[in-house]
Amino acid sequence: MEKHHYTQEINITDALMARINELVSHYPADKKKSALIPVLHEVQDAHDNWLSIELQNKVAELLEIKPIEVYEVVTFYTMFNQRPVGKYMLEFCQTSPCCQRGVEDLMDYTCQKLNVGIAEPTADGLFEVRGVECLGACGYAPMLQLGDYYHEHLTKEKIDQLIDDCKTGDITFYDK
Amino acid sequence: MGRKILLDKINVPGIKSYEVYRREGGYASVEKALKMTPEAIIEEVKTSGLRGRGGAGFPVGMKWSFIDKKSGKPRHLVCNADESEPGTFKDRYLMEYIPHLLIEGMITSSIALEANLSYIYIRGEYMWVFKTLERAIKEAYAAGWLGKNIQGSGYDLDLHVHCGAGAYICGEETALIESLEGKRGNPRLKPPFPAISGLWANPTVVNNVESIAAVPWIINNSGADYAAIGIGRSTGTKLISASGNIKKPGVYEIELGISVEEFINSDEYCGGMETDRPLKALVPGGSSVPILPAHLIYKTANGDDRLMTYESLSDGGFATGSMLGSGGFIVYDDRACIVRNTWNFARFYHHESCGQCTPCREGTGWLEKVLWRIENGQGREEDIELLWSIQSKIEGNTICPLGDAASWPVAAAIRHFREEFEYHVRFPEKIKNRDHFTHEPFDKVRHLVAPQNV
Repeated sequence: MEKHHYTQEINITDALMARINELVSHYPADKKKSALIPVLHEVQDAHDNWLSIELQNKVAELLEIKPIEVYEVVTFYTMFNQRPVGKYMLEFCQTSPCCQRGVEDLMDYTCQKLNVGIAEPTADGLFEVRGVECLGACGYAPMLQLGDYYHEHLTKEKIDQLIDDCKTGDITFYDK
Repeated sequence: MGRKILLDKINVPGIKSYEVYRREGGYASVEKALKMTPEAIIEEVKTSGLRGRGGAGFPVGMKWSFIDKKSGKPRHLVCNADESEPGTFKDRYLMEYIPHLLIEGMITSSIALEANLSYIYIRGEYMWVFKTLERAIKEAYAAGWLGKNIQGSGYDLDLHVHCGAGAYICGEETALIESLEGKRGNPRLKPPFPAISGLWANPTVVNNVESIAAVPWIINNSGADYAAIGIGRSTGTKLISASGNIKKPGVYEIELGISVEEFINSDEYCGGMETDRPLKALVPGGSSVPILPAHLIYKTANGDDRLMTYESLSDGGFATGSMLGSGGFIVYDDRACIVRNTWNFARFYHHESCGQCTPCREGTGWLEKVLWRIENGQGREEDIELLWSIQSKIEGNTICPLGDAASWPVAAAIRHFREEFEYHVRFPEKIKNRDHFTHEPFDKVRHLVAPQNV
């Protein structure tokens, strides 16, 4: 695979730092590392939903751990992105119960509509379609995750609407 | 109507908020537990017969009694809200709609374990539920149910919610603990068990959301009252997450002991099949448990009614039974292709294997690839034996049960649906489209493959 080095502007705002300090306070003073995963979520959300090596190094510094301790976690968990991703990432659950309710057809439909393949951001960087494993919404299938929220009982019409809402920016993305 | 213990208040308007939850009698079990000895609370839970609702079914009271209180190390209760077993979405429902029930259960259970620092570990994808719990915990602190000297009792408890980031393996309790320590979710070798050396090497109990949510009712009433519900060693109520080709998918609380036939067909629960297409197969307890063919769903091999209990669902062992597991109840009609579905599960386990043990890391990949080629018309006659051989070499040879969980669905699919695999190998032109059984269900073409015995 071609090795890109993507660059990212790092901006740890006061509000983000306050949130990081709040999360760190949930663990004993000598167990700061335990806050790593919740902190990575917050930092990623504040940086266009991905974590560059430089940003991971910054998290290591903030939590007083070695950079490798951050890298090994970032590479293990699927929710952490190591490259720039589409602003609106449509993550379809593609596990059995969702397939029983037709998610594969909806994924094909969405990819055709956006003219992209799976895990391939649109040219304008606005959308990306992904297939992920069971999201725990089997009874409300087919469904997808966008930001902090689930969109369930999907149909082609609902996908059209969702994509329109994203384009106009008329969508709640994070629960902050 | 079946009795509701966990969901009886779920439809009360505003039950998500502290005020309404408290007005409806919430936190009474904490008041009661603060006046009891920890031993008496554990005894009550033992009497209830409550079994772990995450899948393994280990008795909760017994698990609690193993926690090391002699070493003098800090103790922790960790709630497993990593719910990721395909077919399972019950814990999310509880936490999303009645978050204070879990928080009350965490406090009452922490009192029993004499823990002063407890956590709820929730999967990262449930981010809005994580936020819901964070807000509910803040309310509980403000009302004096958490923090120092709770309700003037002298007992201190801090409770926090911690999120994962997309890893099924973190539902395994020692992987969950690793993840809570800020590491990769690699399961630990046992012993030592978490009850001796868990979070930060301190004695720790890990329990499922639904198990902990049942504790307030048991303390408010009694262990004996709880044990009076259900049949035999399957006591109390259980949340079932129903999905697939049924009329009313959703989360249902059942009294353990109702029949599978009633659960699928009654309007109180699944409401029957989605369309007039016939029932083909059932996964009763999450993707890891053996799939049952139509003739073994309503009746056991002995001809007894199949009941929604730990014992009845496993009646016949793996030869003709399955497991209650997590209660992830997936119903398939005759449009479903068992080969494709088994491949789908194999892909899941391959994706989710942590990579620590060779049989699982390599074997799950082999299972996925071989199933994919059968499903795509490139299968070979010997592939069915190859699948059997791979799964048998994973099972029992790994640190944690993910390897078993990857093996069982494959073994059961071959055991009960071998003809369907043979059909895929012999008639590749008939299975070109992924919905090949939608227009021509397998029952219509079964005659093309000669019956064989495993």
